Amino acid sequence: MLTMVLPKLVSFEGAGRRSASVAERNVTALRSAYWVVMLGGFLEPVLYLFSIGVGVGALIGDIELPGGRLVTYTEFVAPAMLASSAMSGALSETTFNFFGKMKFMRLYDGMLATPIRPFEIALGELAWAMIRGNIYSVAFLAIMVAMDLTTPLRALATFPATVLVGFAFGALGMMTSTVIRSWQDFDLIGAGQFALFLFSGTFVPATGYPLVLRWLVELSPLYRSVDLIRGISLGSVGWPQLIDVLYLLALFAIGLTIAGHRMTKLLCK
Amino acid sequence: MPSLIHARGLIKRFGDFTAVDGIDVDVQPGEAFGFLGPNGAGKSSTMRMIGCVSPPTDGVLRILDMDPLRDGPRIRARLGVCPQLDNLDVELTVRENLTTYARFFGIPRATARRRADELLDFVQLGERAGSKVEPLSGGMKRRLTIARALVNEPDIVLLDEPTTGLDPQARHLVWERLFRLKQQGVTLVLTTHYMDEAEQLCDRLVVMDGGKIVAEGSPRSLIEQHSTREVVELRFPTEDQGAYASKLDGIGDRTEVLPDRILLYVADGDDALAEVHRRSLSPASALVRRAGLEDVFLHLTGRTLVD
Repeated sequence: MLTMVLPKLVSFEGAGRRSASVAERNVTALRSAYWVVMLGGFLEPVLYLFSIGVGVGALIGDIELPGGRLVTYTEFVAPAMLASSAMSGALSETTFNFFGKMKFMRLYDGMLATPIRPFEIALGELAWAMIRGNIYSVAFLAIMVAMDLTTPLRALATFPATVLVGFAFGALGMMTSTVIRSWQDFDLIGAGQFALFLFSGTFVPATGYPLVLRWLVELSPLYRSVDLIRGISLGSVGWPQLIDVLYLLALFAIGLTIAGHRMTKLLCK
Repeated sequence: MPSLIHARGLIKRFGDFTAVDGIDVDVQPGEAFGFLGPNGAGKSSTMRMIGCVSPPTDGVLRILDMDPLRDGPRIRARLGVCPQLDNLDVELTVRENLTTYARFFGIPRATARRRADELLDFVQLGERAGSKVEPLSGGMKRRLTIARALVNEPDIVLLDEPTTGLDPQARHLVWERLFRLKQQGVTLVLTTHYMDEAEQLCDRLVVMDGGKIVAEGSPRSLIEQHSTREVVELRFPTEDQGAYASKLDGIGDRTEVLPDRILLYVADGDDALAEVHRRSLSPASALVRRAGLEDVFLHLTGRTLVD
């Protein structure tokens, strides 16, 4: 029994170590003024929070949550900004940067000449995207606590949810990168991402839409993320949030599997 | 002792196109083995299969007595690969390129740093350790790629056209370093279309053309088998060199007419030249030289431009 299980464990350990070395490469590369990009990624949701959440919120008044509870518009928008920042952090690393490394820097050709396998590159790049996305999330959660939009305890509970959101979108982004052919296609990704940002229960509750549109909205991955993060940070967790978690886990698993397969196809011809 | 690389009937197809068409290869430990051939002969496809990044379509392939499909990571851990196109990491410094690459093999950081410094000295890049990759010359980048291929102390080093595009100084420096590796007992497998490179470095080589192996042996034995000992190059003062070909009948084993000159493949060049003069032919220039691998190569793969 032991001889059957042990080699598999060892090989998994190797895969984890090799994926970590891919992420480590990005940490080494980070030193070259990358922090400007990082700062930009952090500022965007904060600016939205202040302009729309605080500014427009003053005109709108309170919003009713599905449970019937009333919250201020800023409280309503903040978790959505957190979710979409986790999304965009994960996507920028796994679409634009990942595609560039794969097609133009030929970085992965070099990596694949070592024991690293395509799936391990995908996993390592994803782990890196998560590190980057989570730095945004922690900073944003701190702002939410400082503005009294959530409690420190709920902020702590929200963090794992933002990690999950990041993983799911990272895998989705990576899958997309292995399917698209040129830089032009990134315009489409940008448009899709912006549509998600506007219509995923971010600024308007999904219940505000006509029934058919509402179903469509509720199917969107960002809606599921917003619903989960809003539920936790505002302290109104229920069964719908379990669906959110399952949905995001499935997205992660499917995205990463397809990305790994496509990379093998593209790079190991 | 089993061969380090063992291939039987190895085939690689891309759709309808057959890049490698059933080749048999054995590479022994400590050997410097060359794949020689024109562009599109299937050399790089073969190298990618040996490097375990490209699965064979058919046939037998064993590397280090393991199966590339099943044991890819374990085999690659013991290979050093220097690809045809440099794929160095332009976001890292020269030294980081080596230390980061070492990490991909699971080499501890301290060992990676020590080995990086040794290798940078070995390829004479010690002074550029902190530099970015981009400003390096082509020769420096190639040397860095070779150093990177050695970072895991590989049993086999695969070099795909290691000196293509380099100037003469850079080529000789690379050759000298590769020769030192060979002396240290490292098994080298390289592809090239430079005859002088093959003659300098390879103990044994195969000539590939159209995905097949058309000849095999040491550089010396290939020249003996497929060429004469010497070659006489004659240029006649005319537009049509072919007009003289018939007048040269019977001199040497073989005559080849080119647009600008006629080649006579002969055992003794001076004898042949004397015979040319005896027939009252007066070429504008005449050159007697020893036959080289280039003559073998062009004889076997033809003079038609491939791409």
